[in-house]
Amino acid sequence: MAKLDSKIPAGPLAEKWSKHKADIRVVSPANKRKLDIIVVGTGLGGASAAATLGELGYNVKIFCISDSPRRAHSIAAQGGINAAKNYQNDNDSVFRLFYDTIKGGDYRAREANVYRLAEVSNNIIDQCVAQGVPFARDYGGLLDNRSFGGAQVSRTFYARGQTGQQLLLGAYAALNRQIAKGSVKSYPRHEMLDLVLIDGKARGIITRNLITGEIERFGAHAVVIATGGYGNVFFLSTNAMNSNGSAAWQCYKKGAFFANPCFTQIHPTCIPVHGTQQSKLTLMSESLRNDGRIWVPKKKEDVELLRAKKKKASDIPEEDRDYYLERRYPAFGNLVPRDVASRAAKERCDAGYGVNDTGLAVFLDFKTAIDRLGEDVIRARYGNLFQMYEKITDVNPYHEPMMIYPAVHYTMGGIWVDYNLMTTIPGLYAIGEANFSDHGANRLGASALMQGLADGYFVLPYTIGDYLSHEIQSPKVDTNAPEFVEAEKGVKEKIAKLFSIQGKESVDDIHKKLGHIMWENVGMARTKESLEKAITEIQALRKDFWKNVRIPGTNEEFNQELEKAIRLADFLELGELMARDGLHRQESCGGHFRVEYQTPEGEALRDDEHFAYVAVWEYQGPDQEPKLDKEPLVFEAVHLAQRNYKD
Amino acid sequence: MNLTLKIWRQKNAKAPGKFVTYKVENISPDTSFLEMLDILNNDLIHKGEDPVVFDHDCREGICGMCSLHINGFAHGPDTEITTCQLHMRKFKDGDTITIEPWRSRAFPVIKDLAVDRSAFDKILQAGGFISVNTGGVPDANTIPIPKKDADESMDAAACIGCGACVATCKNGSAMLFVAARVSSLAKLPQGRIEGARRAKAMVAKMDELGFGACTNTGACEAQCPKGISIAHIARLNREFLSAKLKD
Amino acid sequence: MGNLFSSSIGRKLIMSISGLFLILFLLFHMSMNLVAVFSTEAYNMICEFLGAHWYALVGTLILAAGFLFHIVYAFILTIKNRQARGTQRYAVSKKEEGVSWASKNMFVLGVIVILGLLLHFYNFWYNMQFAELVGEQVGPFGPADGAAYITSLFSNPVFVILYLVWFAALWFHLTHGFWSAFQTLGWDNQIWIKRWKCIANVFATVVMLCFALVVIVFFLRSLCGGAC
Repeated sequence: MAKLDSKIPAGPLAEKWSKHKADIRVVSPANKRKLDIIVVGTGLGGASAAATLGELGYNVKIFCISDSPRRAHSIAAQGGINAAKNYQNDNDSVFRLFYDTIKGGDYRAREANVYRLAEVSNNIIDQCVAQGVPFARDYGGLLDNRSFGGAQVSRTFYARGQTGQQLLLGAYAALNRQIAKGSVKSYPRHEMLDLVLIDGKARGIITRNLITGEIERFGAHAVVIATGGYGNVFFLSTNAMNSNGSAAWQCYKKGAFFANPCFTQIHPTCIPVHGTQQSKLTLMSESLRNDGRIWVPKKKEDVELLRAKKKKASDIPEEDRDYYLERRYPAFGNLVPRDVASRAAKERCDAGYGVNDTGLAVFLDFKTAIDRLGEDVIRARYGNLFQMYEKITDVNPYHEPMMIYPAVHYTMGGIWVDYNLMTTIPGLYAIGEANFSDHGANRLGASALMQGLADGYFVLPYTIGDYLSHEIQSPKVDTNAPEFVEAEKGVKEKIAKLFSIQGKESVDDIHKKLGHIMWENVGMARTKESLEKAITEIQALRKDFWKNVRIPGTNEEFNQELEKAIRLADFLELGELMARDGLHRQESCGGHFRVEYQTPEGEALRDDEHFAYVAVWEYQGPDQEPKLDKEPLVFEAVHLAQRNYKD
Repeated sequence: MNLTLKIWRQKNAKAPGKFVTYKVENISPDTSFLEMLDILNNDLIHKGEDPVVFDHDCREGICGMCSLHINGFAHGPDTEITTCQLHMRKFKDGDTITIEPWRSRAFPVIKDLAVDRSAFDKILQAGGFISVNTGGVPDANTIPIPKKDADESMDAAACIGCGACVATCKNGSAMLFVAARVSSLAKLPQGRIEGARRAKAMVAKMDELGFGACTNTGACEAQCPKGISIAHIARLNREFLSAKLKD
Repeated sequence: MGNLFSSSIGRKLIMSISGLFLILFLLFHMSMNLVAVFSTEAYNMICEFLGAHWYALVGTLILAAGFLFHIVYAFILTIKNRQARGTQRYAVSKKEEGVSWASKNMFVLGVIVILGLLLHFYNFWYNMQFAELVGEQVGPFGPADGAAYITSLFSNPVFVILYLVWFAALWFHLTHGFWSAFQTLGWDNQIWIKRWKCIANVFATVVMLCFALVVIVFFLRSLCGGAC
C-alpha cells in the first residue's frame, strides 16, 4: 500500500497547488538540455505537454500512431472547454467549477486534483487565445460562452462545433514550433508496444514503425503516456477507429496500477446504430442540449406509427410529447449531466417509447429554439453539426427532430497517478484521458479538453521537473541495455505468435463479439450476474482469439490488421478488468449504474460508507486475478450528498 | 446494393500498382463508404487475401485522415464531406466505383490507397504557429477581436489537413492548405505580428516540397470538405507579396 | 524583394501583371479597330501615326516583352505544375462543380491565341510596321493603308472564321485570366471574388464582341461590294 501515496499536499484546498509548486524542485536550463523525455500520444495532453517541455529546454520525443500529430482524437471534441472566467457575470468561480466537477463526477474524484484543474482552467483560455485559437466572440469583440450539462452557469468557451479541433491545432502549432526548433522530435506512424523499465524506473519504450514494421527502441529519463481512453473496447463507440488502450495496458502490465476501470461514460446524444455493419458511432455535441429539447411520445400508438414511418415527429402535438428530462429534472432540464441523461433515455426506451425501428432512439428537437431565435441563429451555432447529421442520416434536422441514443464516449478510469501525475512506476507519467484523476465516476461536458490541456500545459511541466531534478546525473539511456533487448524480444515474439495462429476469424469479427459482451453486460446498466457473465465470456473469447484469429500479410509492411490484432489482444484483457471492477463496486455512481443499487426514483445510489475510494488494480501476471488496492477519497471542502438535479 | 469496385492496389511505395476488381454484395444504402470497404476487407481476410489498406480514423469528418479519389472526385461525389461521411445512398445498385489513392508528387503512395502527407506537417512547422511559449500570456479578453474577423479566421481554421485540395488540383498545389493557415492567423491581431515571416516561410517550404503553383481554377474549394474559400488564397497572395516587397 | 520571382506566387505575379498589361493593350487595339468601322481614313491616320516612329517602336518592344513574359512564364508554370501532379495520373477524373472549363485549360487556350497571333502578324504587322522598318512595300498595299488590308483580308470567309475562332479562344482565356489576375495580386476577398468573376465575363464579352464586330462588318461590306 505504500506505493499508493497520492502525494496530495497539505494545507487548505485553494492553496495546495501554489504551495506545492513552491515546494517542488526545478531543473536548471543547462541540465534540462541533458534530459530526454518521451511523450506517447499527440492529443491535447500529449501535444501540449511535449510543446511545453520542449519550450522549457528538454529533449522531447513524441510518438503517434497517425500520419500526423494533428489527427489525434481530441480533434473530434465538438462542444467546448470549461473555464472559471466568470466573463458572463453569472457568479462563476474556481470553487464553483471545482464543485460542479466533483458533484458531476458523483464524488468519486480526488478533491485536490479537481481543484487544481479548476484553478488552471483560466490560464488555458488565455494560452489558447494567445496561440490564435479562434474562439467564438460577441459583437463587442470579447469571448462568448455557452452552457453545458451539469452546470448552471455559462462557462464553456467554444469555436463553433469544432472546439477540440481548434484547441488541438493550437497545441499542434506549438508542437510544430518546437519540432522546427529541434527540441522535439516527432515520430508519426509509430505505435508504442511496450514500456521498458530499468531498475524499476521508466526508461524507454519499444515501438513498431507502422509503415515498415520495424521494431525500434527509444530511451529517455521519463516517459509520459498521453494515449487517451479505451472506449473502443466496446467496438462501437464515438472514439476514433484507431483509439486504443494498448499503451496504457502495457504500462499496467509493467507495474503501473490501473484505477476505476469500470467508469465509462455513455454519452446521451449520439446518432443511433443503424445496422450490424456499422463500424463507428457519431457523437452529436452536448452543446445541442442548450437549444434542443429531448422528448419521446406520451402515447404508445404514436410510437408505433413513428416506427412504421406512418407519422412524422413534427406531426405529434405538443401535449402528446413527453419532455422527460424537463419533467424529471426541472432545475437542470435538458442540461443534466451525461450519465443522468443517458440513463433517462434508456429508461424511456426500455419502457417502450423508443422512436426508431430498433426502438433505441429519442428525439432531440430544435423546433422551440428555431421558433424563438430563427433558423439563422441556430445555423450559426450548430450549422456544422446539423450538416453532419444530415449527411449521415439523410434527415434535415431543421425540419424534423434529430434521433439520438446514448453511446460509449469516454473512460473516466485510467492509469492511477498521484498528485504529480506520476504513476506507480517512477518516471512514468499519465496525463489526459489516459489517467483517472479528475472526473470521478462521470465527466462533465467540456471538461475533457480542459483536463488534457491543464495536464499538458500547466501541471506536468512543473511536476516532471521535480522528478527529473533527481535524474540530472543519469547518463543518456542506453537502448542496448538488456532490459531493452528483453522487451524488444517480447514484442517480436508476441507478433510472431499472432501471425502463427492463421485461424478463421478476422480481428473485427472477434472485436464485435467483445463489444457485444461489453455493451450488454458492462454497459449502461450492470448487475452482479451480467458482470460475472461478462468475465466468463471475455475469458472464453480471449482463448478463442489466440486460437482463431487470422492476420494476413507479414510484419514487415503496412499491416492494419496486425495493428488491430495487437490492440484487440489488450482490449480482451482490459474488458475483463472493467467487468471485475464493476463487479466489486457494489454501488451505483455516475456512469457506473448497478441495477441493484438505485433510489426509488431510479437514480444512482451511492454507498459512501463502503465505496468512497479509488479502486486501484495491480497486475499479477497473465490470467491471474489482479490485486485490488484502495485509495480512500477524503472530502474536506465539499459535503457528500445525493446528486440532485431536480431543484 | 451490389457493386463492382475497381481499386488501386500497390504493395509499397516502390512497387508498381494496378487496378484490381472486386465485387461487394448486399450493401445497405445507409452504410458509409468506409464501412463498405470494411465489409470488403473482412471478406478478403476470410478468403485469405490481403485486405485493402486505406487511411481512416475518426470517421466523423474531422481528423482529416481519410482520403480516396472516388469515381473521379477527391472524397467522392458529394459536396463538403470527407470520404468517411460519404454514404452508399449516393450510389446506385450495380454501379462500378473506381477508387484511387490521391495522386500528387508531394503525396507518394505508401500502400494501396494510403499516401504520405507528411509534407503538410513540414509546411506548418515552417511557420504555421504564433511564437508564444506556455505561460506569461495576457488575459484572453484583453485582445478584443471583431466578431467578423474571428469568424473569418474560424472559416479558414476549419481546415482538417486532409489534402483533398492537393489531390484535386490539376497542379498538385497546396495553396488552399497554406492559405487556410496563413489567413486564419492573419485575421487575428495575435497572428499579425509575425504575419510576414509566416507567409514567406510557409510558401518557401511549400515550393521546396514540390507542390505546384495555384492557377486559380477553384477546384480545391469545390472539393474541400470544409468548403474553405479560395478568397483565403487571395489573402495569402497579398500577405506574401507585401512581405516580399518590403524585403 | 529577395527571390520573389523564383517563388510559385512570384511567378504567378508575372503572369498576372503581364496579363493585365496585355488586357490594356487589347482595349487600345479594340478602340483602334472600332475606328475602322466608322472611318477608314481616320483608321489609316492612326496607322500612319503608329508606323516606324520611335514611340511606336518603343511601344511595340514593350508590348513584345509583355507577350514574351506572359508566354515564357506560362510554359515554365505549366511544366512545373505538371511535374507536381506526379507521374501517375488518375484513371478517372471529373470536373468539379463550379469550376470553369477555361480555368483548367488556360495553357491550351493560350497556345491557340499564339497561333492566331502569328497569323495576325503575317496578315498585318509584317505588311505594315515591318514594311516601314525595312523601308519597302512587302504587301499589295502601302504600309499605312491598314484599311485596305482589313477590307481585303475579311472579304475571305476562311480568314473570317479563323479570326472568329481566335477571338473565341481569347474570350475563354480572358474570362478566367481577368479575375484570376486580381486574385493573384491579392486584390480579392469573399465578396469581390464574385464581382471580379462577373466583371471578367462582361469585360471579355464586350471586348471580344467589338473585335468580332469589325471582322463581321468588313465581311458583310465585302458581300455587298462596298455598297452598304
